Amino acid sequence: MGTSAGIALPFEAPVADLEDQIRQLEARPDAADWQSDIDTLTASRDAMLAKLYGNLEPWDMVKVARHPNRPQTADYINAFCRDFRELHGDRRYGDDPAIITGLGRIGPYKVLVVGHQKGRTTEERIKCHFGCAHPEGYRKALAKMKLAAKYGLPVVTLIDTPGAYPGIGPEERGQAEAIAVNLLEMSRLATPIVSVVIGEGGSGGALGIGVADRVDMMQYAWYSVISPEGCAAILWKEANEETNSNAAKSLKLTAADNLELGIVDGVVEEPLGGAHRDPALAASKLERHIIDRLESVTRLNPKTLVEQRYERFRRLGEVHELASGG
Amino acid sequence: MSSTPPRSWTDDDVQTATRKKPVPEGLWLQCPGCSAILFKRTLENSLSVCPECRHHYRISADDRIEQLCDPGTFVEFDSDVVGGDPLHFEDVKKYPDRLQAARKKTGTNEAVKTGTGFVKGRKVIFAVMDFRFLGGSMGSAVGEKIARATEAAAAEDLPLIVVSSSGGARMMESGLSLMQMAKTSAALARLDDVGGLFISVLTDPTTGGVTASFAMLGDFILAEPQALIGFAGPRVIKQTIRQDLPEGFQRSEFLQTRGFVDRVVDRKDLRSEISSIIDYAGK
Ligand SMILES: [Zn+2]
Repeated sequence: MGTSAGIALPFEAPVADLEDQIRQLEARPDAADWQSDIDTLTASRDAMLAKLYGNLEPWDMVKVARHPNRPQTADYINAFCRDFRELHGDRRYGDDPAIITGLGRIGPYKVLVVGHQKGRTTEERIKCHFGCAHPEGYRKALAKMKLAAKYGLPVVTLIDTPGAYPGIGPEERGQAEAIAVNLLEMSRLATPIVSVVIGEGGSGGALGIGVADRVDMMQYAWYSVISPEGCAAILWKEANEETNSNAAKSLKLTAADNLELGIVDGVVEEPLGGAHRDPALAASKLERHIIDRLESVTRLNPKTLVEQRYERFRRLGEVHELASGG
Repeated sequence: MSSTPPRSWTDDDVQTATRKKPVPEGLWLQCPGCSAILFKRTLENSLSVCPECRHHYRISADDRIEQLCDPGTFVEFDSDVVGGDPLHFEDVKKYPDRLQAARKKTGTNEAVKTGTGFVKGRKVIFAVMDFRFLGGSMGSAVGEKIARATEAAAAEDLPLIVVSSSGGARMMESGLSLMQMAKTSAALARLDDVGGLFISVLTDPTTGGVTASFAMLGDFILAEPQALIGFAGPRVIKQTIRQDLPEGFQRSEFLQTRGFVDRVVDRKDLRSEISSIIDYAGK
């Protein structure tokens, strides 16, 4: 607990006050004498968190998903992926740090891990373009996924991106083509694939590593065709707190919404007050979930998997047939 | 192809065959390409391409089909397939109202038309997008129709021709429209698995989720001159990098030099290009 200290989201203000008081008491040399007060404050902090997080608006969830202390792909790899061997480069152009790929062990499984990485320090975040991958990132992901299929390793992808990077270089090097090819090739990749949206699931940049047999979301992650700000700027002509909040609501981007729409298969519960408050607990919940998913998908043969994966995406969407003539 | 052509066409025929449409307000317009003042009728008789500067105007799905198909051979399917409003999406307008307005404006149910037709006597499956319909955006119905067309191409071993013209995914269907990218790409994987031919034709504009799915997956990718083609829109890129974009950036010719378009093809040659590729592919 307490790792989020100092970075409270706007809606968390009342909790932040309590946390300050708890911290001050804990810092006292005679803290032991204050234990019952600390316990009382902690209990009311937890009750308040439960209440706040039980009634989050979609736009608040987006903020939780973007919390600077929220665990990222590299944190989860450190937490539960043993003997991790990062594999760099797309063998075409370069190595995009915004997508990490590598071999490792999760539970009893040898797997390939693929995940967006945003970076923690300012320097890392700039290097990772804040989690916005370039075409070489998507091409690296695909090249390593093909290796995984060749050697019969399941693939685990962790999605956490505001979107693919919009820039001159990425366009010149075929951002659209790179994502499109990933969608096509992942749909027929003859090995199990499980995906979890761990933070932000921004549009094609997220889907570019998200065509999987099972797709799940962390409780406070978001997944949508566009960010609330992007949507607000287009449909409301201006992105501000109010329109962003409206757009976030309209886009049905929360885990619960995506579950209802059939876009994801399950939701991974987060610690009280979000993954950033207890990254270790978040990691163990995610690990458990991934192992369960791997257990169920590795039972199927690759041919059946690919067949079912096709059907999974084929039926998504709502269409009707008009009475004849339309 | 074993199918018998209804009759053969020369490319010259195309130029005079464009249907006469009622001229909307004014008989004249100024070309955005060269500022020439053009008689609208002249434009209609030249495939909506400026005779002065070759500026390619955006055209409707119907006009496109008429330009590419042997006359009278297009048979539309799935014209009654429409999307719903699964998200009950509301912005400043309601999504069903936007759909209704688009239907009224275009006289068509959705942003893509699919069907079978003949190109110089060769039977093909067409999917032609219509930018006038909510910016050619891809929602559930567009994804479904393109997936069905692709599956039909695979089942009947017919060449698939998709003419794209789209601003990308349809925001009002959010995650479900995003999923259409996966759906259409997966269908194309299956077409590829059975050795099917897919010719992707990119026209102005082709951006966003359409580019990042089926449009960029053609065995052969053709583009009309000067079409805007990209993943991110130029405005978004400009805002992100805070610098001006290079001349010709994200235009067809730019994509060809960067290796993402096989051929930039003038509208008047598109028909013969397509038929020639089908011939080389032995379909
Ligand atoms: Zn002109």
